[in-house]
Amino acid sequence: MGEPGTKELLSLEELNAAVGLRTGRKHVLSILVENRPGVLTRIAGLFARRGFNIETLTVGPTQDAQVARITLTVDGALHPIDQVTKQLHKLINVLKIRDLEPNGTVSRELAMFKIAAEGPARSELLEFCEIFRGRVVDATRRSVVIEITGEEEKINAFEEVARPYGLIEIIRTGEIAMARGRSET
Amino acid sequence: MRAADAVMECLKAEGVDVVFGLPGGANLPTYDAFYDAGIHHVLVRHEAGGGHAAEGYAKATGKVGVAFATSGPGATNLVTPIADAMLDSVPVVFITGQVRTDLLGTDGFQEADTMGITMPIVKHSFMIQHPLELPRALHEAFHIARSGRPGPVLIDIPQDLSRADIGYEPVTEVSLPGYQPTFEGNHKQIRQAAKALAAAKRPVIYAGGGVINANASAELTDFAIAGGFPVTCTLMGLGGFPGTNPQWLGMLGMHGTRTANYAMDGADLICAVGARFDDRITGKLSEFAQQAKFIHIDVDPAEISKNVPAHIPIVGDARNILAKLLVEYRELEPDASRMEDWWAQIERWRAEYPLGYEDSTDSEIKPQYLIQALYEATGGDAVIVSDVGQHQMWAAQYYHFDKPRRWINSGGLGTMGFGLPAAMGAQVGLPDQVVCAITGDGSIQMNIQELATCAQNEIPVKVFIMNNGYLGMVRQWQELFWDHRYSHVDMGQFPDFVKLAEAYGASGFRFVDKNTLVEDIRAAIATPGPVLADVRVTREENTYPMIAPGAAARDMVG
Repeated sequence: MGEPGTKELLSLEELNAAVGLRTGRKHVLSILVENRPGVLTRIAGLFARRGFNIETLTVGPTQDAQVARITLTVDGALHPIDQVTKQLHKLINVLKIRDLEPNGTVSRELAMFKIAAEGPARSELLEFCEIFRGRVVDATRRSVVIEITGEEEKINAFEEVARPYGLIEIIRTGEIAMARGRSET
Repeated sequence: MRAADAVMECLKAEGVDVVFGLPGGANLPTYDAFYDAGIHHVLVRHEAGGGHAAEGYAKATGKVGVAFATSGPGATNLVTPIADAMLDSVPVVFITGQVRTDLLGTDGFQEADTMGITMPIVKHSFMIQHPLELPRALHEAFHIARSGRPGPVLIDIPQDLSRADIGYEPVTEVSLPGYQPTFEGNHKQIRQAAKALAAAKRPVIYAGGGVINANASAELTDFAIAGGFPVTCTLMGLGGFPGTNPQWLGMLGMHGTRTANYAMDGADLICAVGARFDDRITGKLSEFAQQAKFIHIDVDPAEISKNVPAHIPIVGDARNILAKLLVEYRELEPDASRMEDWWAQIERWRAEYPLGYEDSTDSEIKPQYLIQALYEATGGDAVIVSDVGQHQMWAAQYYHFDKPRRWINSGGLGTMGFGLPAAMGAQVGLPDQVVCAITGDGSIQMNIQELATCAQNEIPVKVFIMNNGYLGMVRQWQELFWDHRYSHVDMGQFPDFVKLAEAYGASGFRFVDKNTLVEDIRAAIATPGPVLADVRVTREENTYPMIAPGAAARDMVG
């Protein structure tokens, strides 16, 4: 069909556009930005005014003091990821964006659960804590605080388990992710 | 050297020949530097006027416009011009004063979070935190404003920092690792586009303001003529292709010609150049150009497939790409006869649906006729700066633009009050050109104070008010879509524009007779200095044809 380098014309019927662009899955965007004041506001503002919803967001320094990394997750069923990344690229302070492939990525999130767990229920809860490789980081007679690290699903699963024991509050950091292998994220 | 003086040096190094602005407390050091900097500064009467003047200057000349304002209300008055420049991709650098750094965040006098307020409507912005950053930030601002897809850039300078002593050294190179606009255009994609165009039986070229910004009119015209393609332009693209050329279909969109809109609807291939498929173009998106495949050429990758999926996307500079596309297209030696039936169809539409209106049977001036008379009186050679409303659409329809940068208006944001200050800026940039503002009795009052600036600085803009005593476009919508319930659109005949013109030190005229209108306009243009002409037109005239809101292009009315 009208390959480049030939004089053969294209068949318009066979032209296809990349339509939809809704991938239907969660996307983890790893964004390197210049470490300057207001950069996070620019990104958050862009998402707000374009109607894109941020599911989780983490910000932190990198090995280069001039550069910070923002990891954010977006639902590709609701938003055209291609538009999200193109609009992000237009921000002058955004240096690099990587839409991380779920299979080629290791991701972690840290969460802390404050749970009432009084009386005999407590030892049962601590068993679960062990199964999930969690750690008790604070305890009083009326509560415990458990720290869990892992992928998002693991933390969701622990939440399910912990809820009946009298969940007081949960704090989650949001996901961070890194590309597998030698290449930089 | 004082940082404020370094600002002046930067402006000179950037080739700035005029600045529009208004001083205040927080930019006093900068204005002290203006005192003997030898930079032409036009003192406007309202910061919004200064911002729009910088836009008009930029649109007329293709150079970066510059506007200055103080902190707080000075900066917030710039919000509308900044948003306007963002939506129409106008290269303007806005430089605002800010309160002293020790007052920042304390709700100090005339403090406003200018960066925060303007963040969603700038291409980029800088908050100066150290005086040494200033020269680099200024040069980066100009570079960002004018390159890639142009746009507004803001620099906010705290008052105390502009008084600091810095060792100024000229900055010759900017380094912006996160900003590298694509210029070239992918060669393979260009070749694919040429092949698609050579195969298309019913092609249309749909060009937008990007063609004007890229200075690509000559390349677009050469390409369209060589290929024998029909061409339509958006409101922002008028003049990108000659309006008197036989291949010109007229403007497309909500108030475009039926021929242009029907051609889009019937096309098998649409080649969009520097256009963004705005809702005023597509009408009902799901029914827009359903038979067509799309080539989309744009310097901003985010525009491609934003509203309409592109089959052949080409990111890059329109001028560069169109020149290459012509070479590739010629090489294919396409058969022009494939488009014969298409052109025959277009000619049938043209014959059946010419632009037109019912003229008055007495001496009453129809608003459309005012534009035709202006076209005749100026020989089609004036720079026309429009405000926003019915007059804008009639000017776009009835003044035929043969050259780029002769049509200046607020398209994306639709800012009433844009016309007079933008005309002032255009006139300053093009002192030897006849610059006419076409405005309405609603729009003109939103920045009429700039008549004083024009009078004081002998800026000879010729302003024609299409006066129907209404907020005409709103009245039209209330008539057509809100059951004739005219809610708060009747402006009466206030003020007396002739007396007002004289009070401002401009020449005032009132025209009421269509039989003498062409001569009247000629006389107004021949009058030295700024002119404000109150042209009384039919009160209730509708802008047609029209794609009703939410309707498909093929269902145009009127």
